Amino acid sequence: MHFAVLQFPASNCDQDCLHAARVLGHTSSFVWHKETSLGSVDAVIVPGGFSYGDYLRCGAVARFSPVMQAVQEFAAQGGLVLGICNGFQILCEAGLLPGALVRNRDLRFHCEQVFLKTGNFKTPFTCEIPQEAVLKIPIAHGEGCYFADPDTLGTLQTNRQILWQYCDSTGAITDAANPNGSLLNIAGVANERFNVAGLMPHPDRASEALLGSTDGRWILASMVAALEEARLAKAA
Amino acid sequence: MKARIIVTPKKAVLDPQGKTVQNALEHMGYTSVIGVHVGKYLEIDLAPGTDRAAAQLALNEAAHKFLSNPVIEDYKLELVD
Repeated sequence: MHFAVLQFPASNCDQDCLHAARVLGHTSSFVWHKETSLGSVDAVIVPGGFSYGDYLRCGAVARFSPVMQAVQEFAAQGGLVLGICNGFQILCEAGLLPGALVRNRDLRFHCEQVFLKTGNFKTPFTCEIPQEAVLKIPIAHGEGCYFADPDTLGTLQTNRQILWQYCDSTGAITDAANPNGSLLNIAGVANERFNVAGLMPHPDRASEALLGSTDGRWILASMVAALEEARLAKAA
Repeated sequence: MKARIIVTPKKAVLDPQGKTVQNALEHMGYTSVIGVHVGKYLEIDLAPGTDRAAAQLALNEAAHKFLSNPVIEDYKLELVD
């Protein structure tokens, strides 16, 4: 599988994402924000960072980059797109994912390990995650408080689009385990079609034991498994 | 002509910045303060001779699409000569 990793001015997790895909035995390459085409890719990762200095709002400027038009088309054709941290913010700003990310409720930048409970195992981003697993993945953000209006939250729950929620080490979803004030402890969501997902925690920073956790691998491995399945179905 | 755009967080959105400023004002003795909302102010310069109605239309579109995020923010647009 080949992963495209987007690069915006002030992306700073682009190398991590490139590396994480390679650790899993796949190929990956950068796509500069001024490109109008993604080339031949199987999946797109929108990495973390502070694109355009987080000016105006996080992700607000990046979403109008030429490459984002290509990502819109790729997603419209059913391509898999994963946004991590600032990448999640960009996908929300672009309207590819519902809701928005606002300032953490305590106004502090949080850089720490968190625990995540997976809410739906039947998606291309979660299908390889063991059902009982509580994922340990780090966060590093100042504006990761997920917000959506009550109607949108209701729809997310009904459709099971809430992929990950902050929880404690036992998997209990509590307010104490919520690092930023996100509504419903939401750490990550998918679109209605389940081909676009975003999350504030960094699976790219949890893909090798040396980094303290390999739980992030499950997310990329899920994408690979879903792509393999789609390819086999197409060949059959 | 100039455009002034004021962007404020929607009432339903947590505004910890506003709350912090409010608390500080209370501690300073400004006891009549019962709410603070921190937003953004944009001042946009327009070319001489710009048509007012067209500018109003264009900037409303820009404010809706880019300068504010309707999921979390409201905005007010004002044109001044």
